[in-house]
Amino acid sequence: MASDAPSTAAPATALPFDDPRALAAVSLIWREAHLLDARRYEDWDGLWAEGGEYVVPIDRETTDFASTLNLVFDDDRMRRMRIERLTGGFSISAAAAARTVRTVSRFVVTGREPDAIEICSAQVLVGYKREETFVLAADLTHRIVWDADGPRISRKVVRLVNSDDTVTASGFLL
Amino acid sequence: MSPDISSLVESDRVAGTLYTDPDLFEREMDRIFHRTWVWVAHESEVAKPGDFKTAWIGRRPVIVSRDRRGGINVLLNRCRHRGASVCETPKGNGNGFTCPYHAWSYALDGTLRGIPYPDGYEDVVEKKDLPLQRLKAGSYAGMIFASFDHGIEPLEDFLGGARLWIDRFMKQGAGYPVKVQGEHRFRFRGNWKIQLENTTDWYHFPIVHRSWMSSVDAETASMLSIMTDERAVTHALGNGHSVSVSVAEHADLDVDDGTEKLQDRFSHIVEELSKDMPPEKVRRIVRSLHGAGFNLNLFPNVAMSMSFFRVLRPVSVAETEIRHVALGLDGGPEIVNRERLRIHEHFQGPFGFGSPDDAEAWNRVQRGVTGGVDMPILVNRGLGREKPNDLGQPTSHATDETGMREAYAMWKRMMTDGE
Repeated sequence: MASDAPSTAAPATALPFDDPRALAAVSLIWREAHLLDARRYEDWDGLWAEGGEYVVPIDRETTDFASTLNLVFDDDRMRRMRIERLTGGFSISAAAAARTVRTVSRFVVTGREPDAIEICSAQVLVGYKREETFVLAADLTHRIVWDADGPRISRKVVRLVNSDDTVTASGFLL
Repeated sequence: MSPDISSLVESDRVAGTLYTDPDLFEREMDRIFHRTWVWVAHESEVAKPGDFKTAWIGRRPVIVSRDRRGGINVLLNRCRHRGASVCETPKGNGNGFTCPYHAWSYALDGTLRGIPYPDGYEDVVEKKDLPLQRLKAGSYAGMIFASFDHGIEPLEDFLGGARLWIDRFMKQGAGYPVKVQGEHRFRFRGNWKIQLENTTDWYHFPIVHRSWMSSVDAETASMLSIMTDERAVTHALGNGHSVSVSVAEHADLDVDDGTEKLQDRFSHIVEELSKDMPPEKVRRIVRSLHGAGFNLNLFPNVAMSMSFFRVLRPVSVAETEIRHVALGLDGGPEIVNRERLRIHEHFQGPFGFGSPDDAEAWNRVQRGVTGGVDMPILVNRGLGREKPNDLGQPTSHATDETGMREAYAMWKRMMTDGE
């Protein structure tokens, strides 16, 4: 399973409609997008498998996130601290967060294992804050695993089209 | 245009129009950014012959390159023919720069090497007359600065009292040269001087960065108990530069009385390094993990802030680009450089736990000031307790606005010089 390969280089197969896990994964990714737009971060945390990895790299080509500078490189602990920061009431940027509406589509399954599936997609996020509307586009790669409770996110990599340029973001998550 | 600029900056306040007036911004580009020494790179970014990176001086794009003889060149990124930029790759290694339009090609030092179909230029153009425009370049302790003014004072004189603190800053390499490990880039809608002020503003830290403070371990939070630490002082260093000490015991990392306990958060690093390093060396490296215990603000565009560089680029009167440059130990232990990356990610950048709150505050300043440009910006905190230190440098508490007053005094000097 090419779980470490950038989405652009990964072998792509059309969404396999005969594999119910693919549809379950897409459903989970859509639910995730809904929760993030609604800033329901505690609920979002519940979508993650233990040991999950949430990455927004600067270098779109790298898979060695630990050795490079990222915009986000969260393990469980950092992700939960991030949620605490966004919901705790002490961050002025979180209090003034941009409104976001995101669309996730162009799903392609890039890897399948007995208990996991890797799925790449396109995310177009439109944000609004203080008289300004802006767009952030990204390639998403989700690794979805199954446990007794159903599908969970074990890795999410968000490769912004402009990750190595200036990035406008304020108080929301990708 | 000859506005009464000197009246805009007083010893304890500056006019709100300094953030909002487009004419003042144009004058700042001409009289400050296009004349003085402006930081463009760290030597580790152009370490090998052929290495280059692009940068900005004010609104002018430049290239910083290392030529085959090891020299550092800073060149205007503009073809001498019809003006196209000759390099749009942010960093890389190559033999030179070729204009995409008519393939005029330039060497790493800017020399014009080749013109295709040269017959049309016979008796018209001599290649030696048309190199890329070359700036005066200077380097101190690995920090590369450049100026469009070839008659400018020597870099060492310009840095003056800041040199001691640049030397101290580099001690966080703990025996290794400091190297660039990447950068975060973002913009905020606000004037560049709001950011310039911020690096010498420890007053905002426990307030704006409360969410970051509550997310770090108690030892790190306690390390930054600036408000109540009398050893947290700020010095005006001349020429607009200033330093504000946040962690006094880390102001000079070579000085260690042995009483400081290494932070528990780094115990995994101590354990790993101790496998093949003597305890003194491990301690020296781990004490340096948060960087130097101060923010050094160099007028007009770079700060050496604890463990990173903060570089500002004025985009327009009401928009500024920021780069937060992560640093590591060149040739140092991988586990240390990774930890430094994680510390940087925790605070910096558009998704850090610190930078977005700074950017929010800076944007609010711009919006508020735009609504009331007739009212002054106050930079008077600590005036009543500011005194010269042994070197005669105005000195006050790190939460005081001594550094801002120093920057604005330099701004006034450069904006009014000769009038």
